[in-house]
Amino acid sequence: MKTIAIIDYGMSNLSSVLKAVEYVAPNDNVIVSSSLKEINNADKIIFPGQGAAKKCMSSINDKNLACVIKKNSIEKPFLGICMGMQVLMDYSDENNGTECLGIIKGKVRRFHKTKDGMKIPHMGWNRVKKKTDHPIWSGIDDNSYFYFVHSYLIEPENKASVIGETEYGEKFCSVIAKDNIVAIQGHPEKSSAIGLKFLKNFIEMS
Amino acid sequence: MPLTKRIIPCLDVDNGRVVKGTKFVDIKDAGDPVEVAKKYNDQGADEITFLDITASSSNRKTILDVVENVASQVFIPLTVGGGISSVSDIRTLLNSGADKITINTAAIKNPNLVSDASEAVGSQCIVVAIDAKRKKVSSSKESWEIYTHGGRNATGIDALKWAEEMEIRGAGELLVTSMDKDGTKEGFDLELMQEINARVNIPTIASGGVGTLEDMYRGIAVGNADAVLAASIFHFGTYTVHEVKEYLSKKGVNVRQVYE
Repeated sequence: MKTIAIIDYGMSNLSSVLKAVEYVAPNDNVIVSSSLKEINNADKIIFPGQGAAKKCMSSINDKNLACVIKKNSIEKPFLGICMGMQVLMDYSDENNGTECLGIIKGKVRRFHKTKDGMKIPHMGWNRVKKKTDHPIWSGIDDNSYFYFVHSYLIEPENKASVIGETEYGEKFCSVIAKDNIVAIQGHPEKSSAIGLKFLKNFIEMS
Repeated sequence: MPLTKRIIPCLDVDNGRVVKGTKFVDIKDAGDPVEVAKKYNDQGADEITFLDITASSSNRKTILDVVENVASQVFIPLTVGGGISSVSDIRTLLNSGADKITINTAAIKNPNLVSDASEAVGSQCIVVAIDAKRKKVSSSKESWEIYTHGGRNATGIDALKWAEEMEIRGAGELLVTSMDKDGTKEGFDLELMQEINARVNIPTIASGGVGTLEDMYRGIAVGNADAVLAASIFHFGTYTVHEVKEYLSKKGVNVRQVYE
């Protein structure tokens, strides 16, 4: 039995992520935690998030979680979801500029409004185009639909780390991989069978 | 590629069970919420909306169990409405597994609730329901007036101005129901949808009046809705969500297809 820790830094409702992970990993021990010790002892880490960048970063800093997040993202399989993807970058334009964790090189910026009537946030179901092979894509078709809710997107420096791309007015990186880290802008926990498969693939990664 | 248009089955829940009926008449038990939600998820529903119609406030917490149980087994966005009057009600529902909540009467009683709630939990969780009915303002001109309590109480509020105010206050989406069309199977009030969509830049969900697949198409293509919500055509088995999407797709609407 493995222990999967969902990092709780007080910024989001984690019940959806917890329920989906419990569903795909019925034999594992799934915990929601902000304890350094529990996170360090876990086999895999899930790092979700919602809300504004500045508040997320201040919650992470208030709980002294920045170091443990960095350490664990290097040492073991680590999945960032939504804001949990964005704050892995160096810097976000949100809230007049926010320093982020700097685990992946690059920045976060708002969608360009490329035409009139384009609604921001990007909210709803959109396709993810697979850019490279990766274990997280096992059994998931190219251009599968995921559920998204966000106004900002990531621009990683290393384009080779982009493993999934989505188009909304412009093409953006919707799934990234670097060493032990996989991160997704959409919400696999709300993306029906495809999203559950994505989570299951993460659980099975070693 | 634009976002897909969403198809949202709406379930009325009374004392923890799904019920179906027309215009609150002939209400019949229609099953266990988890089973019904699973069925719609399998058909390709993009979201599911639960409307709690439990009359007794002492039984209101049964909706929390429903949300908890459905959210443990059905992994698409879940929206819950009915009897919500405070930020604390909203937090409780979100913690039980809801992704969005919908409010109507409470927003009219206290418009600050929309601002407070979007500040507290994020705009993306707050859907404001607008129940609107046509009203003659002169011999040649009509407007729409907001109603509350399931269409029983007129408020004197202009629906188009209200839609604009709700966007400014932080509503993430508008669920627009035509009280003239609801239950008629004549199709959505397309003019109402167009007028609202011309004024706001947040997603709108058309509701009230769907009888045919073409009605669904027109809500999107003519009414400019981002999503369509329907109850009876799904519950009575007239169409499956899959059939709706096949039809829309053939007509050139971008939808998320699910093949089992």
